[in-house]
Amino acid sequence: MTRPSPGTSARPAGPPGAARGRPARRTTAAARENRAGLAFVSPTLIVVLAVVVLPILWTVLLAFQRTRLVDIQTTGLFGNWTLRNFELVFTSPGFWSSLWTTLLYTVGSTAGSIALGLVAALALRRPFRGRGLLRGSMLVPYVAPVVAVTFVWEVMLSPQYGIVNEWGTELLGWDAPIAFLSQRNADVSVLGVQLPVPVALLTVIVFEIWRYFPFAFLFLLARLQAVPNGLEEAATIDGAGLWQTFRHILLPQLMPVISLLAVLRLIMTFNKFDDVYLLTGGGAGTDVVAVRVYEFLTARFDVGAAAAQALVLAAVLTVLLGVYFAFFARRTQEEAQ
Amino acid sequence: MTRAGFEKRVFGALRWVVIAFLAVITLFPFYYMAVLSVKPIDQLLLDPGRIWVSASEFTLDTYRTVLASTDDGGQGFLRLLANSAVVSLGTVALTLLASIPGAYAVSRLRFFGGRQVSALFLAVYLFPATLLAVPLFVIFARIGLQGSLVGLAVVYIAQTVPVSIYMLRNYFATIPKSIEEAAALDGCSRPAIVRKIVLPLAAPSLMATGLYVFMIAWNEFLFALLFLAADPSLWTVSLGLQQLANGIEVPKTVLMAGSVVLTVPVVALFYAAERMLTEGLTSGADKS
Repeated sequence: MTRPSPGTSARPAGPPGAARGRPARRTTAAARENRAGLAFVSPTLIVVLAVVVLPILWTVLLAFQRTRLVDIQTTGLFGNWTLRNFELVFTSPGFWSSLWTTLLYTVGSTAGSIALGLVAALALRRPFRGRGLLRGSMLVPYVAPVVAVTFVWEVMLSPQYGIVNEWGTELLGWDAPIAFLSQRNADVSVLGVQLPVPVALLTVIVFEIWRYFPFAFLFLLARLQAVPNGLEEAATIDGAGLWQTFRHILLPQLMPVISLLAVLRLIMTFNKFDDVYLLTGGGAGTDVVAVRVYEFLTARFDVGAAAAQALVLAAVLTVLLGVYFAFFARRTQEEAQ
Repeated sequence: MTRAGFEKRVFGALRWVVIAFLAVITLFPFYYMAVLSVKPIDQLLLDPGRIWVSASEFTLDTYRTVLASTDDGGQGFLRLLANSAVVSLGTVALTLLASIPGAYAVSRLRFFGGRQVSALFLAVYLFPATLLAVPLFVIFARIGLQGSLVGLAVVYIAQTVPVSIYMLRNYFATIPKSIEEAAALDGCSRPAIVRKIVLPLAAPSLMATGLYVFMIAWNEFLFALLFLAADPSLWTVSLGLQQLANGIEVPKTVLMAGSVVLTVPVVALFYAAERMLTEGLTSGADKS
């Protein structure tokens, strides 16, 4: 079964003279490769198992035991099994609203960052003076340390000395400074109807879009530049406008990358802790589940509940991805063909 | 005018609006950071709307304060920089050491269970850090590694090995097989092929992967907070900045200087290796 199958770009089996018509030597070469492969892969595999897979399995065990950090020294790996942690998590105040917040935050940030990334990729597609410079600087929000950029945003949005509120009240005629990061809701009247707007949550979503659109931009630009020119030229000759060309030629080409980005961003954002914690501390209606895990762990030293909460988060994410693949991924496949 | 011609004009103009908008939103926060870091705090409070700095108020005292050690009345960021550097460089070394052999094996060799291992390596890339936080916190509390920089570097391996494997296997796949085959014909053993041929050829990509790992470790915040918060002498720059920003004692302009100190190394490294990095990350994307 380790013999190279025809059609694949397999390595030649053994020295050239020996290979032809001698199956025995071929097997030896394959066996040698098999041994080398196992030897090379095992150190990496061991590290991955030790630092990633085993800890996660332990999370599962911990979630089914009532463990607190103080008695972690005495309890064994397998203690008394209980569902108490999950009971605690599901009945704790604000659990469901926190899940809902996480969902809004994730979907809003993912969709927003991909949309802005797409716009950016289309705008920077054709060369112009200074494109390379702009392309590089557009990636800075993504690579800069999260603590530094959240701090700058905090200062910019501060109601006392922040530039945004200063300009807002001076130039745009706002009645009062807006506490972007600590105000839960604001009523905005649209056409005479009062609508509650979740200010802090929206601010956090805008921050996420700002920080992660470069990631989408990078992938989409790479894909755009690989689209053969002939396709668009043909469409133009046929009289298609730019919008039609985009909708029927470019977008189908980009769809596989967009759906890959959606999955990646969905997973990363759903579990995001740093950004929200640093901007709002999880207050003012931005208490995403990841921040709750942290609070169970550090404020109450409740290891069991924290593990259960993290597990629930992962389970919801799995369901979400299942739904995504069932509906969207199939459509994408069809559009791409 | 035809519809196509009309759209061409509209989108042509819109394109420049978008470009200007993108330039402003990406660069302005960093410009603002730099300006505020060389201003005295009273100037900021006096006139928050001014986004330039006049020659008379320009000061570097903020940097002096933030870098000086706590004994000299500063914030001790030099020490924090050293801590960050130790952790990040340690993480780079450990991660590359751990991921090179495996990445080579799954991208080049056919062996029993190879597909499954390859799938596992991809899967761990997607495992959330929140799931890892609880057990790692417990393990480290238990074996007393909590509050040590070495412990933190080990934890960071969990964050960086998956992405490192992912990038390296893409790079290894671009090295022509015929070169290795030629060496094998000349009687080179497998370990010698890797050491003398594959690694030198992959040196630029090893650099790129190492830089990316360095950036992740340098920017990391959650695990630094979980493991080091209790001991200020071990703080990384990220953690130190966050802890000080929570209080009200340190002026915001001094903390802005701290932000610049935290940001500059990463951004400088990024610019130095931009091309290599972006190609490494997106190399899978242009194959639909």
